[in-house]
Amino acid sequence: MLDLVSLSKRYPNGLLALEGLSLSVAPGEILAIVGGSGCGKSTLLRLISGLDAPTSGRASLDGTPLTAPRPEIGMVFQEPRLMPWLSIDDNVGFGIRHLPASEQKSRINEALARVGLASHAGHWPRELSGGQAQRVALARALVGRPQVLLLDEPFSALDALTRADLQDHLLELWHYDRPTMILVTHDIEEALVLADRIVVMQPNPGRIRVEVTPHLARPRDRLDHEFQEWKYKLLAELDHASRPPGGEELSPAAAI
Amino acid sequence: MSDLQENAPVASGGGGFASLGRGGLGLILPIGLALGWEVAVALHWADGRLLPTPSKVFATLWALGVDGTLPGHLWATLHRVALGFLFGVTAGTLLGAVSGYWTLARRLLDPTLQALRNIPSIAWVPMFILWFGIFETSKVILIAVGVFFPIYLALTSAILGVDRKLVEVGRIFRFSHREMITRILLPATLPSYIVSLRAGLGLGWMFVVAAEFMGAEEGLGFLLVDGQQTGRPATILASITAFAILGKTTDWLLALLSARALRWQDSFKPAE
Repeated sequence: MLDLVSLSKRYPNGLLALEGLSLSVAPGEILAIVGGSGCGKSTLLRLISGLDAPTSGRASLDGTPLTAPRPEIGMVFQEPRLMPWLSIDDNVGFGIRHLPASEQKSRINEALARVGLASHAGHWPRELSGGQAQRVALARALVGRPQVLLLDEPFSALDALTRADLQDHLLELWHYDRPTMILVTHDIEEALVLADRIVVMQPNPGRIRVEVTPHLARPRDRLDHEFQEWKYKLLAELDHASRPPGGEELSPAAAI
Repeated sequence: MSDLQENAPVASGGGGFASLGRGGLGLILPIGLALGWEVAVALHWADGRLLPTPSKVFATLWALGVDGTLPGHLWATLHRVALGFLFGVTAGTLLGAVSGYWTLARRLLDPTLQALRNIPSIAWVPMFILWFGIFETSKVILIAVGVFFPIYLALTSAILGVDRKLVEVGRIFRFSHREMITRILLPATLPSYIVSLRAGLGLGWMFVVAAEFMGAEEGLGFLLVDGQQTGRPATILASITAFAILGKTTDWLLALLSARALRWQDSFKPAE
């Protein structure tokens, strides 16, 4: 169980990115966090991953406080962030460098096969397309079999077709080890396709606006009538979330 | 595609010429000038006393080689550059890495080193002679000082310029300081480091001449001074030619060694 207890984060420039956020995520649950820019959703992932420390509050995994990066927690960033000087297989091997060489090799091959890039093992990152590179980043994050996988807008830089393809692929990958997944996204459709539970956040300061659990059968059909209804509901929530209290209305497009 | 195949015989003839043109294009100017001067002197349009013809320069080089003095001079100069380069690279790499990676060290070291960097290294010559004597030590140190600064400067700024995003990947995988250096910082800074090595080597060749001007009994720089004092411009040009060949060869070797280390780069390749 991943527990976040009244997490706050104030950056040195005075910005209060996150205020008193509490949340529990069950093992194997897929949680999506949606919200406009500046609502603190990326900050939240950085706190859970241990890249940044909270100003107050605490995060813990099965009772162990999360204060620094841990092997049980994997992370996929918005960009693939592959090391350009390492071949694809060496990039994937980054996270399991402590294992014996033979085990490393078999795990890397397995991870690359799972993301469908077994034939690219010896290639350079520059030889891959954006979608392929992000698959390698997924393989790198999953090769160490983390309990929790954090994804920070992992597909937002890809074109719509590749994005849908990778969303389906991510669910396939989840089925192997069933890690807890926390997905930060600004794409409501992505959240609805993937998540068991969706948390809508609002800015100034970053906090939870509402939590929803869409009861949609899996695999989810993006064109399904119910799916579309949920999408409108969430859009409305996001629209409200981006409206400053009593102030002028922002356009919903800006929030998404 | 079919166009290319149909034209293949013509193209291969032209291709041979074209490939010669690519490599040989840079040779046209120097060879043309050399031949022109050779012809001008042969036809007595110029007397070639102060600027000897290429054939005379190569004849001098040959003679120096045959009587055994040239290998001695070459060895003495190469030896000094190699030692100075080695010390300069070692010091530049260590201090550059420390001050790039460790903020406290940078605040402590960098201002002093930047101030020292602005002193023309040749200005140290009298001091070095007083401290280390007129012989090898002062020469090697002068070269090392010249090599040190470009490497220190490039490495410090390259480390500070490493992409934070890649460093974060290292942090996610809980890299130790050593792993962070060897697995991320070192490869990420390698391109600028190699450029600085080549710049440092170039400065090493420059400073060896200055070092050998300050009283050497052997070396290509000595040959320069000797040629001037005995009024033999062909000797001076022979020494300069030897410098050019040595400098170009060592730089080429460095470039060759680095090409493999940098083959991962996704860099701009200008069109032909």
